[in-house]
Amino acid sequence: MATASLPLRPRPLVATRATSEPLLIQILLTTVAVGFLVLFLVLPLLAVFAQALEKGIGAYFAALREPMALSALKLTLLTAGVAVPLNLLFGVAASWAIAKFDFPGKNALLTLIDLPFGVSPVISGMVFILLFGRQGILGPWAEAHGLKLVFSVPGLILATLFVTFPFVARELIPLMQAQGTEEEEAARVLGASGWQMFWRVTVPNIRWGLLYGVILCNARAMGEFGAVSVVSGHIRGKTNTLPLHVEILYNEYNFQAAFAAASLLAFLALVTLVAKTLVEWRAAEARAPLTEDPNVH
Amino acid sequence: MTTSESRRTAPPVKSRWKLSLGRGSFHRGVLPGFGLALGFTLFYLCLVVLIPLSTLFWKSASLGASGFWSAVSAPRVVASYKLTFGASLAAACINGVFGLVVTWVLVRYRFPGKRLMDALVDFPFALPTAVAGITLTTLYAPHGWLGAPLEKLGVKVAFTPLGITLALTFIGLPFVVRTLQPVLENLDPEVEEAAASLGASRLQTILRVVLPALFPAWITGFALAFARALGEYGSVVFIAGNMPMKTEITPLLIITKLEQYDYAGATAIATVTLLASFVLLLGINRLQSWSARLGTAE
Repeated sequence: MATASLPLRPRPLVATRATSEPLLIQILLTTVAVGFLVLFLVLPLLAVFAQALEKGIGAYFAALREPMALSALKLTLLTAGVAVPLNLLFGVAASWAIAKFDFPGKNALLTLIDLPFGVSPVISGMVFILLFGRQGILGPWAEAHGLKLVFSVPGLILATLFVTFPFVARELIPLMQAQGTEEEEAARVLGASGWQMFWRVTVPNIRWGLLYGVILCNARAMGEFGAVSVVSGHIRGKTNTLPLHVEILYNEYNFQAAFAAASLLAFLALVTLVAKTLVEWRAAEARAPLTEDPNVH
Repeated sequence: MTTSESRRTAPPVKSRWKLSLGRGSFHRGVLPGFGLALGFTLFYLCLVVLIPLSTLFWKSASLGASGFWSAVSAPRVVASYKLTFGASLAAACINGVFGLVVTWVLVRYRFPGKRLMDALVDFPFALPTAVAGITLTTLYAPHGWLGAPLEKLGVKVAFTPLGITLALTFIGLPFVVRTLQPVLENLDPEVEEAAASLGASRLQTILRVVLPALFPAWITGFALAFARALGEYGSVVFIAGNMPMKTEITPLLIITKLEQYDYAGATAIATVTLLASFVLLLGINRLQSWSARLGTAE
């Protein structure tokens, strides 16, 4: 009988209901989650821009055009401009060695690379004072050679390097491990030189992960506060990055100017989030054809 | 180097393509650049991380046991440990509960603005901590958007331990959500269907099937949020009030000692903090391998 199949029809409906919650609970949970996110994330985001524009758009741009703000912005760009490429280079080297080769002590190396994530920002800055400060281990040596490595721009860069050290490596290692070594080996067997293989095979394969790591690394480099605050010495116009500039203005009760500078950093955070989301989508798209590859061969 | 030979012998190769080619002699060191890459990695690691970090232990070793002990056990220091530890734990607990709800809703339900909310979860990662600090302080200060109504209810947030907990909750949220999310997404729906078809109620299925599967990731996220909170400075220092014995967190105490040129005291406290976070990190590593093993066991 043709009708015999009919009783089967409602089954998927029952099944979905059995593996999801009652509508009322769903609405309740969604309300709680969205409420929590609005309270903790959306409201602070709105507050930054509201406070920055409190005295109108003229005051906002005046605060940003101030010489101290401009020099802080320049120093922030300089610090990130040095720290991000160096850590990118390190990230690529480390992930190449770790993902493509086997060697004893690999797990220990992985743990050591993660180390800066576990260190309080304050301590990250402090170790450079212990190293290069006047009472520091290498302090007398640095002084004898006329090097001023703390309470100066090099100190800011060193602290930023330390804090952003793992970001690129952390993104690339799992990605390159998942990709394996076949494509590079094929390139080598077909006669590509080492650098040809690297630029034509490896880099195109890891480009989204690379970009993702650089975005995260850059956001932290530009926004780092604790570590930089310890080594900076807070010399206005000389060793103040944007986050430190925000702190000084805030502590001087110049709230509107503080939030104007802070809004630049919040804007950077939003750009980072958008870029990150886009990269994730592109990476997901790129992954889709990749998984079909084995069937093609 | 005796190990350099053995390092080169075994590239991680498990693919079929490889097997079909057999043990061709060109496999050994087919890929170039190992020496250069590892050499640069180790050099840079030592230069940027290991040498600077080792000065901390070198310096604290020079203190002597009694000097070290008196520096790390002074009442003001102990009060700061209690506050930092307690507020971090409270924040991690809040994130443990709400992070689970947020993850559940983001993975399982559909609602308008879901993708926006999902992207926003990373906001505390991306926002510089100083900006988070001044913003939360302004929001919860007695005349702030949220501080004023709370004040009427008799709740003081800014410049109290409650404010510190709040700031730590803000920075910890992404750790819990981003650790839980992939695990919940990859959870096999058949397991839940099986539980339901065997007569379990939805609540029973969640409590006995779903939550146990999420537990390793959940506790890992909790520990990550907790570890991050222990060392946090920028987002807390503005809202804390920074009263010695009352609202002074340990990282701030380290900075205060540094500014007073009490490097020995700062070093001793920093060493304790660092050891605490290393113990936590080791624990987290164990947890992650545990949850990975659980994942493969299923």
